[in-house]
Amino acid sequence: MSQTALLFLELGAVVLLLGVMARVAVRYGLSPIPFYLLGGLAFGDGGLVPLVTSEEFIDTGAEFGVILLLVMLGLEYSADELVAGMKTSARAGFVDLFLNFTPGYAAGLLLGFGPLGSLYLGGVTYISSSGVVAKLLGDLGWTANRETPVVLSILVFEDLAMAVLLPVLGAVAVGGTVLSATGSILAALTAVVVIIIVASRHGDRLSRMALSSSDEVNLLTVLGITLLVAGAAEQIHVSAAVGAFLVGIGVSGEAAHHAKGLLTPLRDLFAAVFFVFFGLSIDPRQLPSVALVVVALALVTGATKFASGWWAAKAAGIGSRGRRRTGAALVARGEFSIVIAGLGVSAGVAEGLGPIAAGYILVMATMGPIVARVLGKPAIS
Amino acid sequence: MVKIEETQLPGVGVRYEFLTEDGERVGVVHHRGGRREVFVCTADEPDSVAMTLDLSDDEAHTLGEMMGVATVVEKLVGLQQSIEGLAIDWLTVDAGTPYVGRTIGEARFRTRTGVSVVAVIRDTTPFPAPGPEFHVEAEDTLVVVGTPKGIEAVTEILTAG
Repeated sequence: MSQTALLFLELGAVVLLLGVMARVAVRYGLSPIPFYLLGGLAFGDGGLVPLVTSEEFIDTGAEFGVILLLVMLGLEYSADELVAGMKTSARAGFVDLFLNFTPGYAAGLLLGFGPLGSLYLGGVTYISSSGVVAKLLGDLGWTANRETPVVLSILVFEDLAMAVLLPVLGAVAVGGTVLSATGSILAALTAVVVIIIVASRHGDRLSRMALSSSDEVNLLTVLGITLLVAGAAEQIHVSAAVGAFLVGIGVSGEAAHHAKGLLTPLRDLFAAVFFVFFGLSIDPRQLPSVALVVVALALVTGATKFASGWWAAKAAGIGSRGRRRTGAALVARGEFSIVIAGLGVSAGVAEGLGPIAAGYILVMATMGPIVARVLGKPAIS
Repeated sequence: MVKIEETQLPGVGVRYEFLTEDGERVGVVHHRGGRREVFVCTADEPDSVAMTLDLSDDEAHTLGEMMGVATVVEKLVGLQQSIEGLAIDWLTVDAGTPYVGRTIGEARFRTRTGVSVVAVIRDTTPFPAPGPEFHVEAEDTLVVVGTPKGIEAVTEILTAG
């Protein structure tokens, strides 16, 4: 069989399988992310069916998927919303950061990941899945509930925290001296602040100037700028993901709305490829040996996330049922935990991070929506 | 007048709501994509939504026409009849005038003349109570309220800039 034929057959089989699994997930109101991970685990080394020819494509596609995930995240929020979110949710945001980063970091230290390698596991347990949470709010009809602004402002804070965390992790991954790491972190933070200020002052006008009536022109322009900035950011060790996130924040108003519509199908495809890629990079035979750690981490960080949401809602004067919904809605971890874990695995900073992160995300992305449904039910009170 | 409360929902849109006399929370979530979600909360459970109704852009306008616009027009008619020295006028924005494509906020009608734009009529679709971010297009009709002098000034601004 020719290389091309084999490539298409392999890719076709993988994508079709993802489609089937996503269908099952949607049918039962679950997140498709854990299914994609399982798909990745099933293929590749130590899995059921090894992929031969398409690994290279999946490799590049995965990088592309991370960029698209982050640019779409940036498009979700305008610079003004980020600034406002920072002001209103700072306290709840820091409580959330402290309660959920610490368990992962401590577990990393206990497992011997070292003070730097443990940062990755802390990041994995910290960040909730905006994708899963946003979908839950819509599916369960919670969008107009009084506690919803609390949930959303915590997500905004987490995303900003990630813009700070990613360059730190990127610098750790590259290694090098403390000085060069500090340099790239400072460069990243300066870029974040400058972009947010420029975007909140002039973003609308610039975006409107760049906006064309042709979808094709808009798609190519936004994608081109994103890739260029991501590449430049990677080159100065700020992490391509942060570059993409900043482009997303910079594009605002009508242009952001258009870009979101255009990039969504691309994001769905390549993010799925990225999740599969992460699964591929992990040998499923290692999973049983980390099961205990995964379950313990899931129980602890499930409880701490619930507690931080509950606390934030209480501080905002929400009643007891609303508090419970806030906590439950935030429990799911997903795409951004995989982004952070992926960085750590490809940098090879900590032996054993991959299987633990994969197992953890499998549990949390599956349980998140279920927890929200069960605890959010009116019948309990 | 009922007091409308506005809440930003980052990544989702904007929520507008008010309390009815009986204490029910009623409002609309304007999703970014144009979808509108009408919701009602009962008085004894103000945090949770008791009922929602999803409306497309078109359906929302239809509902608006069935309720909101009729009352706006009623109120306008009422004003005209009851207050001396207050004028209402319908001004058409000609193509080629400087405010085509700009927002009501940028034109600063109220700051400069004391006149409020209470509605904009585009083709046959009315947009009641346009915000400062509302973009004025050529051939729009602005429904303005103010002193007769102020309205004269607005007419001048619209033609001369």
